[in-house]
Amino acid sequence: MTDTTNSPAATEHGPVPLPRSLARLLIVVGAVGTIASTFLSWTWTSDFPGDLTVYGYPAGLQILALVGGALTLLFGLTLWDIKWLRRLNPANATSPVFLTALSAFAVCWFTGIAIAVDLGGLVNLDPGAYVAMAASALPVVGALALPHPAPGTGIRGYLTKPQLPAPGKASPLVDRIVITVGVALGLVAFSYGIGIDNDASETFIGYLLLLVFAAWGLMHTGLVDRFATAAAHHKGFASALAFVAAVIFPFTQGDDHNANVGVNILIFATVALGLNIVVGLTGLLDLGYVAFLGVGAYAAALVSGSEYSRFSGVHFPFWAAALTGMAASLVFGVLIGAPTLRLRGDYLAIVTLGFGEIFRITVNNLDGTSGPNITRGPNGITQIPDLDILGFNLGESHNILGHSLGRFANYLFLMLIVTAIVVLVFTRAADSRIGRSWIAIREDETAATAMGINGFRVKLVAFALGASLAGLAGTVMAHVNYSVNPQPYQFAGAAPPNSAFLLAAVVLGGMGTVSGPLLGASVLYLVPEKLQFLQNYELFAFGIALILLMRFRPEGIIANRRRQLEFHETGQLDVPAQATLSDDPAVTKAGA
Amino acid sequence: MRFGGLTAVRSVDFTVNSGEIVGLIGPNGAGKTTFFNCLTGLYIPTEGTVSYQGKVLPPKPHLVTQAGIARTFQNIRLFANMTVLENVLVGRHTRTKEGLWSALLRGPGFRKAEKESEAKAMELLEFIGLAGKRDHLARNLPYGEQRKLEIARALASEPGLLLLDEPTAGMNPQETRATEELVFAIRDRGIAVLVIEHDMRFIFNLCDRVAVLVQGEKLVEGTSDVVQADERVVAAYLGEPFEGDPGTAEAAEVEAAEAAAEAVAEDRTADAAPPSDAAPAADAEDADAESTEADSTTKGETQ
Ligand SMILES: Nc1ncnc2c1ncn2[C@@H]1O[C@H](COP(=O)(O)OP(=O)(O)OP(=O)(O)O)[C@@H](O)[C@H]1O
Ligand SMILES: [Mg+2]
Repeated sequence: MTDTTNSPAATEHGPVPLPRSLARLLIVVGAVGTIASTFLSWTWTSDFPGDLTVYGYPAGLQILALVGGALTLLFGLTLWDIKWLRRLNPANATSPVFLTALSAFAVCWFTGIAIAVDLGGLVNLDPGAYVAMAASALPVVGALALPHPAPGTGIRGYLTKPQLPAPGKASPLVDRIVITVGVALGLVAFSYGIGIDNDASETFIGYLLLLVFAAWGLMHTGLVDRFATAAAHHKGFASALAFVAAVIFPFTQGDDHNANVGVNILIFATVALGLNIVVGLTGLLDLGYVAFLGVGAYAAALVSGSEYSRFSGVHFPFWAAALTGMAASLVFGVLIGAPTLRLRGDYLAIVTLGFGEIFRITVNNLDGTSGPNITRGPNGITQIPDLDILGFNLGESHNILGHSLGRFANYLFLMLIVTAIVVLVFTRAADSRIGRSWIAIREDETAATAMGINGFRVKLVAFALGASLAGLAGTVMAHVNYSVNPQPYQFAGAAPPNSAFLLAAVVLGGMGTVSGPLLGASVLYLVPEKLQFLQNYELFAFGIALILLMRFRPEGIIANRRRQLEFHETGQLDVPAQATLSDDPAVTKAGA
Repeated sequence: MRFGGLTAVRSVDFTVNSGEIVGLIGPNGAGKTTFFNCLTGLYIPTEGTVSYQGKVLPPKPHLVTQAGIARTFQNIRLFANMTVLENVLVGRHTRTKEGLWSALLRGPGFRKAEKESEAKAMELLEFIGLAGKRDHLARNLPYGEQRKLEIARALASEPGLLLLDEPTAGMNPQETRATEELVFAIRDRGIAVLVIEHDMRFIFNLCDRVAVLVQGEKLVEGTSDVVQADERVVAAYLGEPFEGDPGTAEAAEVEAAEAAAEAVAEDRTADAAPPSDAAPAADAEDADAESTEADSTTKGETQ
């Protein structure tokens, strides 16, 4: 279709034969048109989620279209030689313009189609929607008329990242500003996503479309790399700022329900981070990891003072309950690890899967009839009282800075501290003698033992550490949910947390990184939460998503520097890049 | 050392003294690598013991390394996705103590130990000439440098005895000569070296003593001259049809043809060996495959 780029004129313009001046004008006009259209009414009835009927006041999907249009305008304007805009697109690349244009286009056309389908017919579209669809198409056409980013590669050229100059060293101040802007944008995007009503799945899909294309476009400008290098240079500042942003988050939400979502994401993410030690760093495939979360939660529930607990008289303060949960998980981890960690690879995966299920089934049976009464079986332990930390009751609403923070916001703050601890433990452990030995084991266990690493012991430490971190998260979870029951601690289920989702969060986000599992967990929690209509197909959609991920980005969203090289470089260990020595490269390749 | 019915290494008594460079040669499949694996605890010998400085070593790789024997691998086994520096730091594992707690608490002791480790690792990288590539991923190094890095990683464990399994495989003549220098330099640091190699020029230039392993058994051991002069060695390398074997004449013919093919494959090593006259047949080593009374005493000993 668009593979006309082999002609000599290809460098002058892309598949659409238009002069450059006209093309960039088209982009800007289309972008302005898109922005303007969001102030019009797109449909006549407020039945469509988000109420797109009001003139002069963008709502729901219109806001997303507005953002897409604004981004298109911004990057369209970089095509003119405006000094400070130049920095947004230093390589003067075409693909960011194309991708941002695509983000607005996708949102507008998706909305138009969704309105027609939801409400039954094109008659439900108001002129505003037609304007939006037409206007958002113009920049796409315009961008296709710009010089092709990589002549000869067809449409793929627009989707592969252009060669960018490596981000140079900037002054610390500029770096910090970059980090701040990046974190702020992240906070805005995240709070907006969480704030989307659970019934408005259309809006959430539009949000995902915008996010994917816009992030893709930003990646192609090199701005994301810029942010990543700045954050790597100022790790302390970046993590502090991210923490501050997370603290601000509850204040941006009027509804305590969203804080609840936030808490659950954090619990999920923290456990995923613990699993990342086991899977990402040490390379042990653990398919029963969620059991450790369960052990922590049950341990905390038993000492919480709930009247349904077997030890209802026992009421530990939180710090003691947290330690109990961690210790219980630790013991359980060592008990499972000691016999199983002598196995390698698939065998270990199967055995951990079995142990995970054993935990759930045992808990189910400790109900007084099939076994001793400890966990009350499927009924679980309920009415777990709220935590009281230093006289601060987490169950009550508190008024802070004129903003009323509900119960879940309180737990969100507690969970943030827990997450910070886990992040600290992860980074410090990874960057040390023990962390290096974990990675060495993952890379080549035989060589690692030959270098003097006691493989079993080091793996057991990783296993136990991962387990106790999950246990810590479990203690908070028991209190957040008021109750514990065996049901969530299974291998695969429709909603997180379960072992399959935890593993997916690690793989999706990026193994061996800190931000990867946090991001992966957010995505995997939010998508099922917001797309309620998928409920019956959730595992199916989940499977499809995993297959696509493995096909197109096996290293995860946030690639570990090592992983990226592993999957995308030809430099195999046994086929070194040594062109000078091989007299016949074709033979070398064939031999590889 | 037996694998099922196959005896790969049998009754090899072998001693390395401190400050020595000893070569271990033998045709393909002679059991040289298997012998190394027994020494370093990667294989548990069916019978026999390994002792180092008078102490018997348990067949656990990490304890062997801890005791002071380090090795490289025939097929390079670096930690491909770790940097050059990290690879060497992993080699220092047995010489450092910091556990999980000190990593989490990051006390002054931890910082000091990390600094020292890094300094030692950098010193080793200078020594083998890879200091400039400390932050490259090991997988992206050229072949020759990967072999060097493997040696540096092994040296990082401060061994008294270094086992090198074909350190020059795949290298060009200049690189081979550089490796020769490197091995001498390692010996000058007071480390004994036991090296497997098929490059005879390399071996005879380098080694104080050479042992020849054929079909799992030690054929000869001695200085370069002794080994070079030994006709059985030549026969083992070129392959010699058995005299008076129980098989038919056809079988002998087939064996001769196979031997010729092997000689071609081995021309690299053969050209270093002296021209062979009709040598007496080596002992009927074929019987090894069914041998049951093997007693493989492997000794790696310094001092
Ligand atoms: N793990 C194993 N299981 C079964 N047989 C093995 C194993 N390892 C080695 N062998 C066999 O033992 C014999 C000796 O192998 P080894 O690798 O020690 O030879 P080598 O002398 O190192 O040869 P090369 O010069 O080719 O490296 C071979 O016949 C090999 O097939
Ligand atoms: Mg070998």
